Amino acid sequence: MSSFWSIWISVITLGTILGCFLLLRWCLKNKTGVKEGDDMHHEFDGIVEINNPLPRWWTIMFYATIVWGFIYLALYPGLGNFKGLLGWESSNQDIRSLAESKAAHAEDLANGSLNEYSRAMAAAEERFGPIFEAYAQRSVEDLATDQEALKVGQRLFLQNCSQCHGSDARGQRGFPDLTDNDWLYGGNPAQIKETIMQGRHAAMPAWVDSLGEQGVKEVVAYALSLSGRKVDPVLADAGKAQFAVCAACHGQDGKGNYAFGAPDLTDNIWLYGGSEMAVTETVTHGRNGVMPAWKDILGENKIHLVTAYVYSLSQDQ
Amino acid sequence: MSETSRAHPEYNYKVVRQFAVMTVIWGIVGMTVGVLIASQLIWPEMNFNTPWLTYSRLRPLHTNAVIFAFGGCALFATSYYVVQRTCQVKLFSDKLASFTFWGWQAVIIAAVISLPLGLTSSKEYAELEWPIDILITLVWVAYAINFFGTLVVRKTSHIYVANWFFGAFILTVAVLHIANSMVVPVSFTKSYSLYAGTVDAMVQWWYGHNAVGFFLTAGFLGMMYYFVPKQAGRPVYSYRLSVVHFWALISLYIWAGPHHLHYTALPDWAQSVGMVMSVILFVPSWGGMINGIMTLSGAWHKLRTDPILRFLIVSLSFYGMSTFEGPMMAIKTVNALSHYTDWTVGHVHSGALGWVAMVSIGSIYHLIPILFGQPKMYSTKLVNVHFWLATIGVVLYIVAMWISGVMQGLMWRAVNTDGTLTYTFIESIEASKPFYFVRFLGGIFVVAGMLIMAYNCYRTIKAPKGSLQAEAQPA
Repeated sequence: MSSFWSIWISVITLGTILGCFLLLRWCLKNKTGVKEGDDMHHEFDGIVEINNPLPRWWTIMFYATIVWGFIYLALYPGLGNFKGLLGWESSNQDIRSLAESKAAHAEDLANGSLNEYSRAMAAAEERFGPIFEAYAQRSVEDLATDQEALKVGQRLFLQNCSQCHGSDARGQRGFPDLTDNDWLYGGNPAQIKETIMQGRHAAMPAWVDSLGEQGVKEVVAYALSLSGRKVDPVLADAGKAQFAVCAACHGQDGKGNYAFGAPDLTDNIWLYGGSEMAVTETVTHGRNGVMPAWKDILGENKIHLVTAYVYSLSQDQ
Repeated sequence: MSETSRAHPEYNYKVVRQFAVMTVIWGIVGMTVGVLIASQLIWPEMNFNTPWLTYSRLRPLHTNAVIFAFGGCALFATSYYVVQRTCQVKLFSDKLASFTFWGWQAVIIAAVISLPLGLTSSKEYAELEWPIDILITLVWVAYAINFFGTLVVRKTSHIYVANWFFGAFILTVAVLHIANSMVVPVSFTKSYSLYAGTVDAMVQWWYGHNAVGFFLTAGFLGMMYYFVPKQAGRPVYSYRLSVVHFWALISLYIWAGPHHLHYTALPDWAQSVGMVMSVILFVPSWGGMINGIMTLSGAWHKLRTDPILRFLIVSLSFYGMSTFEGPMMAIKTVNALSHYTDWTVGHVHSGALGWVAMVSIGSIYHLIPILFGQPKMYSTKLVNVHFWLATIGVVLYIVAMWISGVMQGLMWRAVNTDGTLTYTFIESIEASKPFYFVRFLGGIFVVAGMLIMAYNCYRTIKAPKGSLQAEAQPA
């Protein structure tokens, strides 16, 4: 901040506290012109006020907090640009974005001037980093059989993934079940890890404009027939003729494609609901499923453990 | 006491009567909505799958109703009464008084309609949209003119301490409301704040904490300074203490807002200053409590027989407790544990139910017989029942929230040896559930007390003249 504002803040801050101090000093002395213990000679609707001195214990408390206030403002940042005698800082005060925060943290680590945030991050890294480093050396398949490793992975999952995928990892409407061994982007360890690291963005287009409502109805009938559902055969036949546009992603046989995250339409597992109404809505308006990228949030070593946990969920089936 | 019972023909009691009665009615409404949303936290189906009954829409209705409808009406009623009695003059303008009453009721009705519809500025305790904000401003300016106008034409040489507090409350709330409500309207029901990002948050909590400091503290201290000595029939303990604690309180409170934004994007210096001022503020806050409670010295025996006085004195105890707790929670290290937990909710309610509601209820019980020309309340016994319901309700509420809040804070920070968090968020919610039930129960007690109050007030107002006998004063 500019030195004007710095001085402004310092003056009104110290002025307020000093003002309280002087006010207290002034009221400690009896300047009312009335003897202590007498009433103030004014009466309001029958109420009079006694000129009693300030309680001693209360006065001491007031002094103590004022002195403490001055000490705190001397030690810690508070008076404008003055950084405080301890040089303490919660985190870099000038950052404007996550990228700037990361850069500032790296710089702090390099030149040793640690603020509280960087210090806490460094301490955590020093203490817990090796644990995850050791796990990262082992393969996902190996970790998936290690109960201790799975527990750590599960905790990370519960903290970071359960909000969408559920505490039991069985997902919910719009968020895939991770226990059923049915994968949108592939279920081998490398594919799972890629999904968590980079995130995924599915894009099912809206078809109502090009197919029309009747066209959507027909395509839905055909799509439902792929998983053996009873549908109007006339509608389904008409739908099959138009399925070519769907096949681009879902495949000619409707079995889906990991490359696009296009679901298998033949297995009767429905990400957005399998009722005729739900599927109609999907085809009409399209869907845009988003899995966030976690590499900058959790880091690769922790994601390695989460991968092992997620992988393990569908292994005993 | 006989002097207070004598109706003073030249005072404007009409507006006081109107606000006093509405205090009770809005108290019941606001607290009932509070109990409903407390029940939703245990049984989510209590929103009956209806958008305007959901927690998110009723919560601001609850806070607005109890602070501005219940608390606001109590402040209007008592300040209009006290300023007339202690200045020995009629209100500056009856027309303005009438405008403030109907205007304020219109504001409340507008809130009751717009908040459940989901219309909100999203600023806590300032959710009402800009057209209502303008109406609030008009009412408030009329209030200020009327209050200060009355002070100007007063017949006493000095201004009584209760009026210092009422005056500070009226002036500061005007400044806070106008500054925080600055918006760019995009339609009749939608606007965007003039401030952005961290500045917006700071302005909001500068407003938010001073809504507590000036609306819920200074205003009610004004109430306390009249009704405690009046009901106790004792002189105010220390004039000099009231001078020190008044000026220190108002100059420190205005700084305390940043403690709502500890460990956020707010710059370090602002957090430090907010914390230092909040901690020093503890002492002048207690000045008011000491002055109120010590006013009772030599009259402690009256607590045995007078439940109204009991309301007033217990409210001061809760005031002392929450003004100790508040500065403690403003210390960053403590805040790291307490922030975002139910502890905050408990703290607010020990102030709002324990202090604000109880001092208002005591004052209204003092006022109702005087305003309606009766020697006493219809039933002192029912006042006593209300006192115990309110006290038990508040204690259940705040103890439940303390336990739940500290538990949440500890659960959220617990880590395993590998540095991962021990508990998921939902586990902390599950653990809180029994305490949510206790809180709900506390709310039921409080509302039950308010219903008894309404019945008692109704019977007092409707009682035939001369049917209520003043009790013999114990020697």
